[in-house]
Amino acid sequence: MNAASHQTDLKPHAAGTDTTVLSGAEVLLRVLVEQGVEVIFGYPGGAVLPIYDALFRQNAIRHVLVRHEQAAVHAAEAYARSTGKVGVVLVTSGPGATNTVTGLLDAMLDSIPVVCFSGQVGVPLIGTDAFQEADTTGITRPATKYNYLVRRPEDVATCVHEAFHIARSGRPGPVLVDLPKNLMVGPAPYSDAPRVPHPSYHPQTEPGRDVIARAVAAMKGARRPLFYIGGGIINAGPGASTALRRLVEKTGFPCTSTLMGLGAMPAGDRRFLGMLGMHGTYEANMATHGCDVLIALGSRFDDRVTGRLDAFSPGSFKIHADIDPSQINKIVPVDVGIVGDARRVIEMMLEEWDCTPANTRQPIDVAQWWHQISEWRKIDSLGFSQDMAPEAIIRPQYAIRRLYELATATGRDTYVSTEVGQHQMWAAQHFGFSKPNRWLTSGGLGTMGYGLPAAVGAQVAHPDALVIDIAGEASTLMNIQELSTIAQYRLPVKVFILNNQYMGMVRQWQELLHDSRYSESYSAALPDFVKLAESFHGRGLRATCVGELDGVIADMLAHPGPVVADICVAQDENCYPMIPSGAAHNQMLLGPDQDDEISAEGRMLV
Amino acid sequence: MTTQQESPVSAVISIQVENESGALARVIGLFSGRGYNIESLTVAAVDETRRQSRINIVTTATPRVLEQIRAQVDRLVPVYRVSVMTAADPHVAREMALVKVIASGERRADALRIAQAFRAHPVDASATSFVFELTGATDKLDAFIDLMRPLGLAEVSRTGVAAIARGAAIL
Repeated sequence: MNAASHQTDLKPHAAGTDTTVLSGAEVLLRVLVEQGVEVIFGYPGGAVLPIYDALFRQNAIRHVLVRHEQAAVHAAEAYARSTGKVGVVLVTSGPGATNTVTGLLDAMLDSIPVVCFSGQVGVPLIGTDAFQEADTTGITRPATKYNYLVRRPEDVATCVHEAFHIARSGRPGPVLVDLPKNLMVGPAPYSDAPRVPHPSYHPQTEPGRDVIARAVAAMKGARRPLFYIGGGIINAGPGASTALRRLVEKTGFPCTSTLMGLGAMPAGDRRFLGMLGMHGTYEANMATHGCDVLIALGSRFDDRVTGRLDAFSPGSFKIHADIDPSQINKIVPVDVGIVGDARRVIEMMLEEWDCTPANTRQPIDVAQWWHQISEWRKIDSLGFSQDMAPEAIIRPQYAIRRLYELATATGRDTYVSTEVGQHQMWAAQHFGFSKPNRWLTSGGLGTMGYGLPAAVGAQVAHPDALVIDIAGEASTLMNIQELSTIAQYRLPVKVFILNNQYMGMVRQWQELLHDSRYSESYSAALPDFVKLAESFHGRGLRATCVGELDGVIADMLAHPGPVVADICVAQDENCYPMIPSGAAHNQMLLGPDQDDEISAEGRMLV
Repeated sequence: MTTQQESPVSAVISIQVENESGALARVIGLFSGRGYNIESLTVAAVDETRRQSRINIVTTATPRVLEQIRAQVDRLVPVYRVSVMTAADPHVAREMALVKVIASGERRADALRIAQAFRAHPVDASATSFVFELTGATDKLDAFIDLMRPLGLAEVSRTGVAAIARGAAIL
């Protein structure tokens, strides 16, 4: 068959001249082209055959075939996070759609713009328990920002245009569009993006001048100020990070970040205190506890950040800026709430800072605060000991430090995804990010199995970049089938497995909270990851001791194709520092030698 | 944000939504998913030309939680406007009940007499039963139903509260 003769012209036509009758599937693809979509992550099936047929007959959009629908969503999330564009997913009805639920909720909790198209049985069959029928909009309603079941051909174009608008605007999030098969086969009219996308949808992006003025007045009077930034800065685009760096520079205030905000401030900046929260640095958490003005920008007082709520940053004047009004006062009551896009908030703070009178405090005050912070820094809370004898066991922190140093030495633009657990926290602590959009991790939902498909999405978006999945051996097995996707598209993804043969974070909590009863947390019957990599047409490497580590990392980085590096690390290493559950920021555990009695209430917390 | 705000109060949440499939499910799913209580719920189309419906939900929560409910509901895509009406906000709240009483003799006469006092209308009658229709504030309906209980109360069907602000203020 001559594919070229069956190509569909998806280019926009001048108004009034377009008399071609398009199928619903062709209308869908034309809207995708209009919306700037270049890549779809998907998996075919009965209900989406007409869409796959239309995809076959065009060249404008590339399709990446994943090996499980959950992976399609994670790949689309990473594509979105690393590019700032909307990630697109296409799956079939029933199990295809239900398999996306974890990914959709992951995107929901981390505010990632994703549009997921799911096939549905034909409209006449809906509600009859037809083959591969699921109430997809019902199932995904709480896992999406919005979803549609398209019922009429004339709604296809409008709904799809709207879906993109809703996914990317305001607080971004996942939108699902459920497409009955008969609507994709039959004719459907094309229409441009509606001028008022959804009359009831009204996100506020421009902050009020008055609240900015109140915030800046408090900042000018602060003696112990602290910026506490989050993923909202990343989601607001690279311009927000640039503005933040200017604001931090101009004010001279220290800045800490959540897991989601890493990269917004350069890791090496002297004003950056590192991550705060459960596995944050001592200086970040002590500063949060001791500050007198806390400026939260695009962060949401997550329980992993606040620790014990009634002891969170006691006595500070709290300013909270978020694009989602429901975040203000949700967990922590604040003194000034600002609703708006992070970039606009910061830009207006900069303007206000310049045009209001000089500081009411003495410069000496903030200097004393910095002196205190430098005392806290001397604790070196991320410090660890590594026996440097060649045959010594590799500490996981050391492995990540060396990976960071050797990856940085290549000078290549580097994207890091992670799975979930100890390795994720160590990566956050020891791999420094100097730019936004380079750190791809499942923060809110904590989805094991996120990292490998996320690496697929990032590598598809950035074919020439260095993309590393820092993984744990347990997490990565949850979506290991994506090694096949990696092989098919020759994606040079590097999977760096910190293999401690345990679900490390589960094991750590069992040690701390359940008297070392390691119930079901041992990774028994692991595959040989080297042979596994080879069976998926990639390169497998292994380091079992310190002497082998640098060589393995160098080989991995130098290899032009996909690599799985099995880094055998200390099995009993715990992730420190740590705020134990139910404790306050000034009650951190710095290491295993500390008295680590955890309260009864603490045991109840997740 | 101090302790005087911490005691729960009763409130009507009035929500103007796009009249589309799933809008109600989105609102009530938010309530159940986030652990907010629904004491009563009404929903009906109120503007056919602009395809808008109104949902009224009665709940009890602290002022801080009420503000959180308002913000959470307001960010739902099909929601136009939300208002939270407590005793502090001048508003009219009414509901309607259909009350079936099965009684004869003295108790039947008593039921009719009390119904008159409450301006409850008998909208159905048989030799052994009445169905009363009664409109008013929730506590009035509660009081009437309590009085009917010893007289042969058999079944109650209530609409839940519809509410609107007093004066010229609109949602």
